[in-house]
Amino acid sequence: MSPILQGILTIFIGVGGCVGYFVASNWLLDKVIFPPKPGDRGRNVNRATLVRPWLFLFPAMFALGLYLVYPVIGSFIRSLYNRSGEDFIGLGNYTAMFAEEGFRTALLNNMLWVLFVPASATFFGLLVAQLTDKLRWGNIAKSIIFMPMAISFVGASLIWKFVYANDPSVGIINAVRDGFGLDPVDVLQIPFWNNFFIMFILVWIQTGFAMVILSAALRGIPEETVEAAIIDGANPFQVFFKIKIPQIMGTIVVVWTTITILTLKVFDIVYAMTGGNFDTEILPSYMMDYMFRDDGRATAVAFVIMIIVLPVMIWNIRQARKEMN
Amino acid sequence: MDNIAGTKSSLSFVTNASVVGLVLLWLIPTIGLLVSSFRDREQISASGWWTSMFPVEQAFRVQPEPEGVTQDGIFYTFSGNLFTTGEGSLAGAGSVDGFGIASREPDGAAPGETIARYIINVREADGTVDDERIVVKFANGGAPVFPAEDDDGNAILAGTAVLDRSLSVAANGDFTWVQEGEISRAPSIYMTAETPPDFGMDNYTTIMQSDNMGRAFINTLTVTIPATIIPILIAAFAAYALAWMDFAGRGFLIAMVVGLLVVPLQLALVPLLTLHNQIGIGQSFLGIWLAHTGFGLPLAIYLLRNYMVGLPRDIIESAKVDGATDFQVFTKIVLPLSFPALASFAIFQFLWTWNDLLVAKVFLPSNSESWVMTVKIADDLLGSRGGDWGILAAAAFISIAVPLVVFFAMQKYLVRGLMAGSVK
Repeated sequence: MSPILQGILTIFIGVGGCVGYFVASNWLLDKVIFPPKPGDRGRNVNRATLVRPWLFLFPAMFALGLYLVYPVIGSFIRSLYNRSGEDFIGLGNYTAMFAEEGFRTALLNNMLWVLFVPASATFFGLLVAQLTDKLRWGNIAKSIIFMPMAISFVGASLIWKFVYANDPSVGIINAVRDGFGLDPVDVLQIPFWNNFFIMFILVWIQTGFAMVILSAALRGIPEETVEAAIIDGANPFQVFFKIKIPQIMGTIVVVWTTITILTLKVFDIVYAMTGGNFDTEILPSYMMDYMFRDDGRATAVAFVIMIIVLPVMIWNIRQARKEMN
Repeated sequence: MDNIAGTKSSLSFVTNASVVGLVLLWLIPTIGLLVSSFRDREQISASGWWTSMFPVEQAFRVQPEPEGVTQDGIFYTFSGNLFTTGEGSLAGAGSVDGFGIASREPDGAAPGETIARYIINVREADGTVDDERIVVKFANGGAPVFPAEDDDGNAILAGTAVLDRSLSVAANGDFTWVQEGEISRAPSIYMTAETPPDFGMDNYTTIMQSDNMGRAFINTLTVTIPATIIPILIAAFAAYALAWMDFAGRGFLIAMVVGLLVVPLQLALVPLLTLHNQIGIGQSFLGIWLAHTGFGLPLAIYLLRNYMVGLPRDIIESAKVDGATDFQVFTKIVLPLSFPALASFAIFQFLWTWNDLLVAKVFLPSNSESWVMTVKIADDLLGSRGGDWGILAAAAFISIAVPLVVFFAMQKYLVRGLMAGSVK
């Protein structure tokens, strides 16, 4: 059956199924299991109310449990086995990994990414948010800077390939170098610095995200605090650094951590630009290398990524609980 | 009231200038891609897209078929126009800057001159007479002037020159070719010429037809739409339960959802693929729909719950007092009111699944029939068409066209979704 037909059928079955489930289960609950019979009415309604949340939650919990919770455990267990999944080798995958040069390079590069990308994106986002705040054409400027978020990482990589290309007639960077009489250089092969050229692509994409949120945060700062500072004689820079930033620090942190999480997941850009060569490998693309070859090793890498992300997760959960109380 | 600080004109100028600079930095690469996607492959290699509006100078080799050959004694002649031979990127017009009959000197002669190869006799150092070829050029209608010695220093014997072949080309491409002996095959004529900028949809048609991008586009659509609609449904119910229903363990579940937002996708790939294989789904569209639903749920529940919590309490309370069950409150009140949040998440999820590469590579079959656009670009085009910038640009633009349209049309909702819960 053609995939389109399959897709349409799935939409009908999926939507119909979900709706059917919810309607049917609630109807069952209200009319069959706990019908408001006279005499029992109050008690039955109460019982129905007790059960109902779980009806609402069940499909979501099932999907979440299967697709996100089980893998955490499943991946860890799988990483304790060898390539074919039959022999238990304990931490063998992990020790082999850490001993391997490729893994260490990937780990180091990932650290670079985690340090550079969120900081730059947040910085640029804040910069643009502040600069465009009072401009007449601010909204258009913001739209343009936000636009890369809609593009796939692969598409963005292609766009920047046109900038980084080795050929002076294609790549802007080398065209400028050519204009100054310099030789063309393949920026993706410069050791160490090539990472930053690739990282910049993610910064290009994520700055819009930071900008949108920080712009809203800046707008939320009470005007009185700014005016009081100006009356006291502060110049714009002092107002920015001493008044505005401290008040939106909470949002800045949220933006920073969100971009950090995303940075740890993204493998598309490295995959499309260099395929991991020239020492640009990062953990997700390193894992893709092993993905279909050695599942034990691949899951071990995935688990390392998980561990790196763990502090952020714990912090987020803490924040969420604080908010609810 | 306006921010008083910052109304100095110099600061305002700097602000404007820096924003312009940033916007350009963001926009220029994308424009470069768009312009390049309409250009011909050779023009892209010859000049940057920033000069693409101007004529491009390139070197060509043209092999015009001998038609209308006339014979004059032992010499055979034919004429034509180099730009209308129908070859490659010669679009029928242009202006010749230089031409030649050997590939190492494609611009040996200028328009208005004739370049010719003669066979001459030379006296070698040891006294023997040998024949050689020599290339000379002279003005049209004029006569060749031979040097006294050839390149090796041997004396050229005057009066022994016999024409082998000659070519004269005018600036508009009209040429005349004279050859001693019958013309058995098309001669190779070299020239450097300026051709006008050639924009066209060729790259797009090539990629849709022969490269099967159209199929990939449909595949992407097939993956994205169910993967957007189904999570919304499931998440809406769950979000309502977590927002407005009271039960033990609610706090724990909310915390769990927040925690799951952070779990890296990579962790789930291997175990789930194994699971899919075991229950018989394997790598298929059904698999990827389920996967995207599962992966998209934490964000969906988080966004929707945040929004629902903000709904006015009185409406819901009074409905409950009137005897409505939670199910009725949800379907009749909360769901319709939550439309902005539903729209926000729908756009997020649409963009995310449309642009996704990783999940598609893992959960879809690896045969070319099932590729989505991201996989096709990353795995197929970058490899097999790596040097063809025009095709790459067209492919990239096809894949980002739909998200861009969705983005610009629905920006408001996207922004609102981003802000839900992020601004403290």
